[in-house]
Formats: sequence, structure tokens, C-alpha cells
Amino acid sequence: MDILTTLINGLSQGGVYAMIAIGYTMVYGIAKMLNFAHGDIIMVGGYTLLIFLNMTGNPLIAIAAAIVLCIVLGVVIEKVAYKPLRGASPLAVLITAIGVSYLLQSIAQITQGSNAKMVTFGDMGVLKFGELVIQTKTVVTLISTIVIMVALSIFIKYSKTGRAMIATSEDRAATQLMGINVNKIITITFAIGSALAALAGFFSLLETPQISSTFGAMPGIKAFTAAVIGGIGSIPGAMFGGILLGLIECFTAKVPAIAPYTGAIEFGILIIILLVKPSGILGKKRREKV
Amino acid sequence: MIKQLKNVKWKHFVNYIVVGAALIVFAILRLVGEDVPRSTQFLLQNISIAMILAVSLNLVVGFLGELSLGHAGFMCVGAYLGGKIASLLEATLGNGPLTLLLSLVVGGLCAAVCGVIIGLPALRLKGDYLAIVTLAFGEIVKVIFQNAAPKVFGGTLGLPTPKYSRHELYIYGFALVLITLFVIQNLMRSRHGRAITAIRDNEIAARATGINITKYKLMAFTISAFFAGIAGVLFSYTQSSVQAVKFGYNYSIEILVMVVLGGMGNITGSLISATLITYLNTVLATKLEGDSAVLKDMVYAIILITIIIYRNAPGLKGFREKYNFKNLISKIHTKHHDPAYVKDDEAAWDRVPTKIHMDEILSVDVSVDVSKSTLTPDKPSKED
Repeated sequence: MDILTTLINGLSQGGVYAMIAIGYTMVYGIAKMLNFAHGDIIMVGGYTLLIFLNMTGNPLIAIAAAIVLCIVLGVVIEKVAYKPLRGASPLAVLITAIGVSYLLQSIAQITQGSNAKMVTFGDMGVLKFGELVIQTKTVVTLISTIVIMVALSIFIKYSKTGRAMIATSEDRAATQLMGINVNKIITITFAIGSALAALAGFFSLLETPQISSTFGAMPGIKAFTAAVIGGIGSIPGAMFGGILLGLIECFTAKVPAIAPYTGAIEFGILIIILLVKPSGILGKKRREKV
Repeated sequence: MIKQLKNVKWKHFVNYIVVGAALIVFAILRLVGEDVPRSTQFLLQNISIAMILAVSLNLVVGFLGELSLGHAGFMCVGAYLGGKIASLLEATLGNGPLTLLLSLVVGGLCAAVCGVIIGLPALRLKGDYLAIVTLAFGEIVKVIFQNAAPKVFGGTLGLPTPKYSRHELYIYGFALVLITLFVIQNLMRSRHGRAITAIRDNEIAARATGINITKYKLMAFTISAFFAGIAGVLFSYTQSSVQAVKFGYNYSIEILVMVVLGGMGNITGSLISATLITYLNTVLATKLEGDSAVLKDMVYAIILITIIIYRNAPGLKGFREKYNFKNLISKIHTKHHDPAYVKDDEAAWDRVPTKIHMDEILSVDVSVDVSKSTLTPDKPSKED
């Protein structure tokens, strides 16, 4: 029974990672950049949730506000910081992204203080299936992430915008020649990624109701790990990697001898995967072009 | 004699002269027993550590062109292992400079070994992937020192460091800065250094000219890690105990900010920005209280983004060329001094992929008139 509980916890934690990882992987696939600030958008979403929750008391309004604000923020960051650097060296883009991340963290610390704040959504109770006892919030997280991922997959696969996204990630120049506005597609990508980040912020807060300015940093880096494990640029890969990482995290945390090394194990896996199969488990092999 | 002196390129020595002068002044002050105040000593220690870190990171970020986000991780290795050796040696050798020297060597070498370990993936990876591997390395090191062998490394409480007389530490610190400068500047002005910058500018072209990419990438990583380790040992001496938490991702970013603000690939810039940022951090930490101290981080972040966009945005290329401080200076300069430098086509110089000015070329193997070369690279050089 204990294993089953851990499994469900791992799946739900993995779902949250997957949601963040999708944001990374989409931006990486389409804009060809590593958006370091993605984790901090989660943090901004978390704080927005907190503020609106205190103001209105209604979690749904708070979630909506967080999503809207994160979308606006994601798009603004893209337009102001990343768009001017399109075509510049990857190093410059990467450092700018780190700068944006640093900026968001410091703004959050100035406006919200450096102490962690509590966010409580009220106790949801537990669900009992015979001997199995699971937190309701875990089940809510798990089901929501599944729904979101399915919806996103359908959107990418069947909608015109979604297919334009795939086309942009395959070959930007050719996509442009087909009459698709690549800049618009990149903006939409950032918007979707940021909305997912806001939701991920909500689900993370549901699990651990504490927020500080570095709230998004670690989940962000771990989700990036997940995206790499699954094969960066691939959305199913990000889902797979996220869930795998969540399971690894929850199961290693159960073994006392290796529990403190959870973080090291996850990053170790990342390094090994990058060494052995840099394209990730589900990623396509990409030839370097001269 | 005077003519010879005139031909010496002072800008190659300006770093040595400034740091060396500072070192001599401090040493004399110490010898005559005129101690600088504790707070200044503390500031100077931190400045010397920051200088070593910034210059060594600049080797990887500025010259090799790869982003390392694990510089604090190398520092952590140096701080823990160097600190441990120091406390072991304390019993037999006492607290003297010899212990410091040995611990510096051990800490530096251990970090260099880690540099090789992390440099090996660097051979396969580049860009974003490499950055993330170095980040992962930094985090792994932190977790390991925090949890492994609590009897040896103190676990979460941190490693207690030897009670070294800290009065002289800043002098040793500046001596180490001088050594760092000597090694890295000479490396960069040598054949190896130019190979490293060639890899940055165009890896495929560098490989085609017969440069051993593997060797030079590994070299840059290892040397950079070695000096980060040395800075770590120095850092461990300034602390009452070494805490792994300090060497997180944020510390690496702080060093990166120094490198970028000073100018990637510019050692003098790294020294200046390391001094400036450390000074501001120390001063503001006492002036500003609580969360408002973060204001400086916000300002650094904004400056960082602005500098990078200004220097790299393809859309701003025309603007940069028109109002470039360096161009203006060199225009005035070249008219009077160096007839060899850019006569007919001034703009062609900016397009030469590896940026070596005429006066920096010490020897040329094959005589080629570079100024007349019809080089038209398809992508703009990184540095303009």
C-alpha cells in the first residue's frame, strides 16, 4: 500500500514537473533558446495567486488572475528581452535569460519580502479506497495534469496554430516562406508556456503551501532536467521525463540511506543522459549542420 | 632605450602594475606594522577572491565562449578539501603560510580534477546543454558535501576551518590575484590562448585548421576550475566554517554578472567589475537594511540584460558601429601611431572572426596581408 501511495504521489509530482517541462521544451523547440526565467514565472504566478486569494478569497479567480498575469509577463519578457537577440549568439541569449530570472527574483524579493509566505487553499481532506489513503489534492493534481496534457496534445496536433508551431520548430525559414508569421507563433508559444507555468505554480503550492522568491528556481531546473531526459523539443518527451523524474524523486525520498541525495541523483541522471544520449529518450537525433 | 620603452605595449602590463602596486603597498603597510582596519581587510580579502573568480570564469565564458554555471561548485570543492587539509596540517605545521600554501595547492588541484571531469562532457556538449551540465555539477557538489561523511566534512553544520591569523590574508589574496593574472593573461597571449578564442569564434573552422578542440576545451575548463578552487580555499580561510549552501547557483550567477559587466573576454574589465561589485555589496549591505538590499541585485540584473542586448542584438548593429567608443578611440589613435593598422578598409577589421589587433600579433608564421584579405564570414563576429 505504501508503494502505491508513493506511486500516486510520484505521478502527481511528475505531472507538475511535466507541465513546467512542456513550457521549456516548447520554447526550446520553437525559439531555440533555453528560457531560464521560466521557473521564475512559476514564482510570479504563485505570488499572484497569493495576493488575489487574500483579496477575493476565491481560488478560481486567483488562478485565473495568475494565468493572465503570467501570460502577459511571458509575452513581455519575450518581446523586450529575447526578441532583439534573435539571431545573436546562443551565449548572449542564455545570459539574458539568466538576467531576466535574476531580475524577477529580485523584484519579488523587494516587493514581497525575503521570508517565505504561507498560502492555504483550505484542507481538501483525504480519499479512502479500502486501505489506500490518498490526499485529495494529489488526485486533483494528477487528474488536472492529465486533462491539460491531453488537451495540449490535441491542440498541437490538430489545430492550425499547433501545426504551425511544429512547422516552426522543424524549419523556421521554410515555415516563414509558407506564409506563417513566425514571430506570432513564438509569442503564442511563450504565452502557452507561461500559462502552464502559472498552473504548475498553483499545483506546487497545493502540495507545499509555502512561497518565497526562489520558489520557482528548483522546480524550474528540475523540469528542465525532465525535458532533457525526455528529449528536448518533444512534448511527449517532456511529459514522460517529468513523470519519470517525479517518480524517481518520490521513490528515492522513501529510502532513508539515499534520501538526502535525491537532488544529486536527479542531476546525475541528467548528466549521464546528456553524455550517453544527448537527444534524450524520446528525442529525435539531430545532425549538426555546418 | 627610451624608444624601446615607447614600444612596450603598456596595456599588456596595466593589470600587473595596478595589482602589483596594491600588493606592494599592502605588504609595506604590514611590514611597518601599520595595520589597515579590520573592515578594510575584510573588504580586500573579498575583493581578491572575487577577482580570482571573475578572471578564471572569464577564461571559460569570455575566451572559450561556453557558459559555466558551476563556478561556485569548483569553489566549493576547493573550500572543503583545501579547508580540510589545512585543519589536518594545522597540528604538524602550525598556522603559518606553509599550511596555507599546501592547502591552496591541494584545493586547487582537487577542483582542477573536477574541472577535467566536467570538461569531459564539454567535449560532447555545447551551449545550453553544457551550461545545464555545469549547473547540475554545482548542485551535486553542494548536496554531496552537505550530506556525505558528516564526520569528515561536518554535514549541515559546515566544516570548521583553522583559526588562521587573518591579518595577512588579504596580502596573500592579492599575491594570488597576481599569479592568476600571470597564468591566464600569458595563456591567452600564447598560441594556446588563440586556439581557445578560435574555438569560440568558429568551432568548425578551428577544427579545420587543425586545432585540437578537445584538448583546448579541457585545458580552459581545468585551469578555470583550478583557480576557482584556489579562490575557494582562500574563502574557507575567511570564514569560521565552510557552508555548502553558500556555493549555490546564485553565487555562480553573481560571478557571471561580474564577468559580463566587466566585458566578456576582457580581463581588466573583470578586475574592475569584481572590485566594484564587491565594494558595492559590502557598502550597501551595511547601508541598506533588509529587503531593500536586494535593490542592487535588481540593478545588476537590469544592467546585465541591457549590456547583453546592446552588445549582441543584430538589430542594433548599425547603431553600435556608429557610436562605438572603441572605434572612436582607435580612429584617433591610428591616425597618429600605427600606420600598419587599418588603412584602406576599416570595417573589414571588425569582420575578421578572431579579434586580434595588429599590435597584439607577436609572431606570424606565414606572412599574409590580413588587411587585404577578402574574408566575408556569413555570420557577424561575436564581439562587435
